[in-house]
Amino acid sequence: MTERILTTRMEEHPADSNTLHRYEATGGYATLRKALVEMSPEQILDDVKAANLRGRGGAGFPAGVKWGFLAPAEPRYLVINGDESEPGTFKDRQLLERDPHQLIEGIVLSSYALGVNHAFIYIRGEYARPARRVQRAVEEAYDAGYLGENVLDSGLSLDITVHLGAGAYICGEETALLNSLEGRRGEPRLKPPFPAVEGLYSKPTIVNNVETISNIPWIVANGGAAYDSIGPEGSRGTRMFSLSGHVVRPGNYEVVMGMTWREMIYEIGGGIRDQNDLKCWIPGGASAPWFTPAVLDEPVTLDDAGRLGSMLGSGAIIVMDETTNVVAAALSIVKFFSHESCGQCTPCREGTTWLQRILERIVAGHGREADVGLLLDVCDNISPGLRWPPAQTTICPLGPSVVSPITSIMSHFRDEVEAMIRHAEPAGV
Amino acid sequence: MSWSNDVLARAEALVAGYPEPRSAVMPLLYLAMREDQGLTADGMRQVAEYTGLTSVQVESVASFYSMYKRDSVGDYIVSVCTSISCHLLGGDEVLAAVAEETGVPPGESGADGGFSIEGVECLGACGGAPAVQVNYELVEGVTPDSGRRLCRWLAYDRPVVVSSDQMQTEFGGIRSFDWGPAEPGGATGPVPAFGPLGTEGPRS
Repeated sequence: MTERILTTRMEEHPADSNTLHRYEATGGYATLRKALVEMSPEQILDDVKAANLRGRGGAGFPAGVKWGFLAPAEPRYLVINGDESEPGTFKDRQLLERDPHQLIEGIVLSSYALGVNHAFIYIRGEYARPARRVQRAVEEAYDAGYLGENVLDSGLSLDITVHLGAGAYICGEETALLNSLEGRRGEPRLKPPFPAVEGLYSKPTIVNNVETISNIPWIVANGGAAYDSIGPEGSRGTRMFSLSGHVVRPGNYEVVMGMTWREMIYEIGGGIRDQNDLKCWIPGGASAPWFTPAVLDEPVTLDDAGRLGSMLGSGAIIVMDETTNVVAAALSIVKFFSHESCGQCTPCREGTTWLQRILERIVAGHGREADVGLLLDVCDNISPGLRWPPAQTTICPLGPSVVSPITSIMSHFRDEVEAMIRHAEPAGV
Repeated sequence: MSWSNDVLARAEALVAGYPEPRSAVMPLLYLAMREDQGLTADGMRQVAEYTGLTSVQVESVASFYSMYKRDSVGDYIVSVCTSISCHLLGGDEVLAAVAEETGVPPGESGADGGFSIEGVECLGACGGAPAVQVNYELVEGVTPDSGRRLCRWLAYDRPVVVSSDQMQTEFGGIRSFDWGPAEPGGATGPVPAFGPLGTEGPRS
């Protein structure tokens, strides 16, 4: 279970894992040199398909299948999604900051496979430091001939543009990201058409997450079958998990999936602070429904999380101990979605605002008896049926995401919500 | 206010680096903010000229993103994360402490132009919660007390360059991960420090 694909270099060479010198000294770009000579684009495509690499941004869509949808029109673009903003998630930041050349080699290999001559790395605006590191690495790669005209005399030409966002979670949604990159408001587009057919500037575009593409050099070096042999079926390869909240050892951990939640929280995370009891955790970022200790011995895989009514999402595990006020925690998440709603769709724009107002008055001690029903009713209007995976009344999944914290506290901690309302002071209105 | 030749050259390089000029709106808005200490009507007109848009279109883009500040901002934008992981570990208390220390309520800028204080959503530093940024330079593992000291340092020392590494050493605690080597430089204004003018575009 100690297999690592992405984080060995940064762990063994903390002082300079971000530099071209260290990357090359540890075997970096050797795969690219070899692949450009010995492999056809189709062979790389086949490896990525055979790897069963699932996207690491949140949706878990198989990368090889996505690549297979790319329309033949020219030019085509590859866009790397480094807009990491799902609360609890900080893994891409580490990959950008500590091993940018691994990502760049992945981009060049992917661009060769996909017939792309211009790739973009979209990095959230708050990641100034990671963006500086990536920009410097891009410049090093140009100077060394890994980017630009006629890469390593292969005939491939590739430019990379590093683009900084400006503080909008919604730009992590791939069509919102493309609008943003086109110089527009970051509002999600109606699909279809999907970006693989009509993406950036209406041209065929693949949008992949930073971690997804950082896996490509290893997959091409070792073959898709080797990657497909790591981890349980449906959750192949390693995965970066971001552990935060009330654990003793928060941080990013690259692990092979399939261990239990108990192992994840108590062994990898070192258990709960102050030896407190575990109350609940969010298994996949703020959009995911919460888990309670009842499922501690279930395996950590994409499919098992789905079976249990949630998801691994962006790989963010947020742990809450027994002292947590779950209503205030839910409010924090609802406030996030309310702030980040782009405002296009009524259920999301209005619903997130209403949910925030109701939770705020409950937390402030002015809750009303009807508020429990009202919260659920508003949720049901955003995502009818309150089921999982959620029904969607909006252009993008942000709307239904706000429902997760509410249904979670209602299913697991309804007594606490009701107690807060029972002990409320009349607000005088 | 007109831009210097250096800035004009930079703007042209930004536009040239994208397949379509409109894509340069975002880096140009940072450039404009950096030049005018905030987004001004003149700045947005300049951006419009370079991208072939109208000023209204530029303003419509600017108003969508929280890092484009259309009101004048202080020398130091102190952003305190209050999203879930930071909330669980005291981010709200850090925000309250920072607001009290500077006398500037969250969401506002001080009359003397020193500080802008804001509660912000997830900064991607959840393993080092609570997290704070000053002019988008990060410091992790902040407490109400170290947050106050950070503000006092900014107010009295008035550093020209704000550096993550320096702030982390003096005011930080637990980090999300090992940051690797120290970064040269840091932020010198209210926009993310990315390239020589506080913004970096494509290689042209």
